[in-house]
Amino acid sequence: MVVPVQYYLALSVALFALGVIGVLIRRNALVIYMCIEMMLNAVNLAFIGFADYFKAVDGQMFVFFVLTVAAAEVAVGLALIVAIFRNRGDVYVDNLNILKW
Amino acid sequence: MQTLFFILGAVALISGGLVVFQPHPLRSALWLIVNFFAVAGIYLLAHAEFIAAIQVIVYAGAIIVLFLFVIMLLNLRRPEEAPKLPYIGQKFAGTVLAGFTALLMIYGYTRAQLPAAREMVPGLGNTEMIARSLFTDYLLPFEVTSVLLLVAIVGAVVLAKSKLK
Repeated sequence: MVVPVQYYLALSVALFALGVIGVLIRRNALVIYMCIEMMLNAVNLAFIGFADYFKAVDGQMFVFFVLTVAAAEVAVGLALIVAIFRNRGDVYVDNLNILKW
Repeated sequence: MQTLFFILGAVALISGGLVVFQPHPLRSALWLIVNFFAVAGIYLLAHAEFIAAIQVIVYAGAIIVLFLFVIMLLNLRRPEEAPKLPYIGQKFAGTVLAGFTALLMIYGYTRAQLPAAREMVPGLGNTEMIARSLFTDYLLPFEVTSVLLLVAIVGAVVLAKSKLK
């Protein structure tokens, strides 16, 4: 019994929406980063679902590259958060309003 | 197989909800591990064994460890002392916006005309297929990825240095 591609897409949409909610309602920069990771993961899930549906390996290749970019992004992003914390003593995005006029 | 998909999907959704709605960042990171493992299980169901292994190693291993290190380095405030959301109804508005995003995606997916699914071709294993594809069709992106990783390493080191001269 094979899983239909629509199920993968539905789960991917639900996980992506959860990530969007997290980015919009959480104020801790670290949790916002985790939610961004969750959204990347949801997109990967859609890629894998389609790769299984078409029996093609290209979807899995894209997931491979998304994973690499996500790892690089997290390394740089967490370094940024640490640098901001050193300067401002805070990681809550509402307090980081130095660019606001 | 479908039952397994539903169980893993439910685990992924519940742990994802706990990541979002649960006030302590450390617990969010730990629930994120559960989420990544559930999604890796779904990758196994979709015959993507190599990607499932990479997901566990890179996401659940490396990325979460990085998150936990930073959380412990930063000496965060307790959730009770965290600042409140600045606008009234922000949670509600955020949820509505996310629901709208989901509706847009569902609309796009239902409009799409999917070609018929292909038949399974017997032969190579998943890892071997990916390796072949990686070193033939996707050779240039693969090499560019290494440059990206180098840039990320240098960037992270420069940003995390205590004093910029």
